[in-house]
Amino acid sequence: MNIPVAPAALARDAVIYNHEAKSLLRFIACGSVDHGKSSLLGRLLFDAGLVLDDQIDALRKDTGQLTGAVEDLDFSLLFDGLAAEREQKITIDLAYRFFATATRKFIVADAPGHEQYTRNMATGASTADLALILVNAQAGLTQQTRRHALIAATLGVRHLVVAVNKMDLVDYSQAAFAAIESDFRKFADRLGEVSITFIPVSARKGDNVVKRSASMGWYRGPTLLDKLETVDVTPHAAAQAFRMAVQWVSRPTADFRGYCGMIAGGEVWPGMEIIVQPSGQRTRIDQIITAGGALDHAGVGQSVTLTLTDNVDVSRGDLLAAAGAPAQVSDKLNARIFWMGQNTLAPGGRYHIKLGTASAAAVIAGPMKLIDLAQDAAIKPVDRLMSNEFGLCRLEVDRPLAADRYDQNRETGSFILIDAETHDTVAMGLIEAAGDTAALSEPIRTSIIGHVAVRVAAILGARESHSRSIAKALSWRATGSIDTFVISWIITGNTTIAGSIAITEIVTKIGLYYLHERAWTLIPWGRR
Amino acid sequence: MNDVSLTAASSTHSYLDQIEAESIHIMREIVAECDKVVMLYSIGKDSSVLLHLAMKAFYPGKPPFPLLHVDTTWKFREMIEFRDRRAKELGVDLMVHINQDGVARGIGPISHGSELHTDVMKTQGLRQALDLHGFDAAIGGARRDEDKSRAKERIFSFRNSHHRWDPKRQRPEPWRLFNAHKRKGESIRVFPLSNWTELDVWLYIHRENIPVVPLYFAKPRPVVKRGETLVMVDDDRLPLEPGEVPQIKNVRFRTLGCYPLTGAIESTAASVEDIIRETLDSRFSERRDRVIDQDGSSSMERKKQEGYF
Repeated sequence: MNIPVAPAALARDAVIYNHEAKSLLRFIACGSVDHGKSSLLGRLLFDAGLVLDDQIDALRKDTGQLTGAVEDLDFSLLFDGLAAEREQKITIDLAYRFFATATRKFIVADAPGHEQYTRNMATGASTADLALILVNAQAGLTQQTRRHALIAATLGVRHLVVAVNKMDLVDYSQAAFAAIESDFRKFADRLGEVSITFIPVSARKGDNVVKRSASMGWYRGPTLLDKLETVDVTPHAAAQAFRMAVQWVSRPTADFRGYCGMIAGGEVWPGMEIIVQPSGQRTRIDQIITAGGALDHAGVGQSVTLTLTDNVDVSRGDLLAAAGAPAQVSDKLNARIFWMGQNTLAPGGRYHIKLGTASAAAVIAGPMKLIDLAQDAAIKPVDRLMSNEFGLCRLEVDRPLAADRYDQNRETGSFILIDAETHDTVAMGLIEAAGDTAALSEPIRTSIIGHVAVRVAAILGARESHSRSIAKALSWRATGSIDTFVISWIITGNTTIAGSIAITEIVTKIGLYYLHERAWTLIPWGRR
Repeated sequence: MNDVSLTAASSTHSYLDQIEAESIHIMREIVAECDKVVMLYSIGKDSSVLLHLAMKAFYPGKPPFPLLHVDTTWKFREMIEFRDRRAKELGVDLMVHINQDGVARGIGPISHGSELHTDVMKTQGLRQALDLHGFDAAIGGARRDEDKSRAKERIFSFRNSHHRWDPKRQRPEPWRLFNAHKRKGESIRVFPLSNWTELDVWLYIHRENIPVVPLYFAKPRPVVKRGETLVMVDDDRLPLEPGEVPQIKNVRFRTLGCYPLTGAIESTAASVEDIIRETLDSRFSERRDRVIDQDGSSSMERKKQEGYF
């Protein structure tokens, strides 16, 4: 005879004894204002049985809905935390929320919709495995939707879930849903390698959030919770080469020297040959020490202490890497920059850079390009970046740093810039290349004609702000030299002398103008 | 390293392994980036987890910072005994600070109300201790799931020279890159348990066998009912109102603060597993039992701006 056990008690004991099998998904929720993001997250928690009674009481108090069905409450208020947000009924800051089901723990970065808070979205996306993007079925795709998808994809989020919300307001129309999906797919090739799932939902009624919708029999895909519970969360860096930035050197006794850090890529084991970067010394792992005992191997995401077989010089900021697949070491970085500062970012700007655990001083070497999120990431030359803009630029660092490309490793391929005066974090950086690849600029050392030819080609490609300076130099010289010729001719009455003066001037002043122009780009004074 | 019972990391990393590794990373980062670090130790379960993580983070060494307990003089006796015993067992440096100015003024939760008591003995006391020793970073056990305003607080959270928090001027924290650069007079509060929930804390205590104050476990204790709150009669610091007779009830505490301000709940949960079961079955979130959080809907946000940890 079977002994009957309440299913709830079984589920409860599974939490105590099976949590070792539970995985972690970090996702970011983003959407335009009024597309119902907070409501959808609130509904997700409520339908998953995760909203507590006293939270419901507080909700009733906040909304004045003291009676009526629980389902009709405004769940968005579960999420809008700061007093200013409740007053304005919008989400200003990035909030982190947590919930867990039988198979997963979820860390949700709840990102604001407004463009001026894009930095919060970029921050949330930087650690997310999945982005939940809200689209209002009535309004369709907006500029913001595209922007959010581009930011998520740029920051290495591999899974996009497009939740088409407010389906109840379009009579659960399959055509309305299909139109939005087709619109989205049209620009999805700009997103690179991401998986995209479209789910028609109604946050207000609960359709396809946790429970399958009875009103949308035509939809065969997963519910939102199904998708969140089953998406692959293996870190991309697990398959990459071993990397660990040294955080702290542990020297509790005279004869012990251990290097503490969190593994950022691949695996490590005792006996493995590694290289210390940037110095380039090679040695082997002696032991992997944790408080729970020495390990025979360790992988991505583990915080460990490593000892080495040789007495090499290692300190905080160094990178330990697989000897066979080291990181790039350079004092020049080409990077995608997300600029968050109050002022603008322009060539010549000096900042502190923090890359992994390494700190250094960096200067923006220019030229810069804007990745225009308003035009599906079209690339344009600019002379500065404004707050909340993405761009490409080159940085020169005052000492060589070890780094990887961001698309290979999010941890060793990313950095922040810190303002030297305010100490604010003003930029996020995603490394495209470390080294002398000079994909963005070459210094002017070749002959002027050769250089002009290169630059004209660049101008035709409309890409670089150095070229802009050259173009301005050329156009100004043409104007100026005609003027010189005419004046010289009037004064001397001799076309040969006038022509000689004008030609000599072209050669000298064209260079002078360029240098003068570049010198000005280094002077921040008078810029707005 | 007696009695820190520590588990080996398994080859498949569960979410507890991941949040543990992340917390250890945060502690090592603050120690590497700041000059004078202290860990705030409030004796509760979150502090127990924090201390355990610190032992792990710096193994085989000891944590390279002292513990600081801001004693309001209204803590349960069992908390103080537990505090002193644990510090001795683990061989860590424990500092205790009491706001002597508050003691001289006779400030207490019963005579002066919860708000003033908390402000003087806890908030002001904490500021005094941090200023006195010149700590530039203080590690605390706050979690983002405790309160709506905490959900928006950064892991490295800055306070100005008056220990005020400005929620509108918070630095973004992308990836795992924490910016510890301080402006003049600023100090940092660091919250390694930001991404933990109450349930995670208990599961971790269970997995790692971490000792916690026995007040968390139900047993018969003398209590009086005041309003909706069950107040434990710990000793004669609690003056009884006329006609009030302590009753013996099987109670435990979900959070531990100053004892007249912390309500007990009736419970039979006598082990960590029981507590986890009760937490899962519970329909109430935990801070409800603390009188101080009900002073107004945005009260936690306001207290934090004023420097409450």
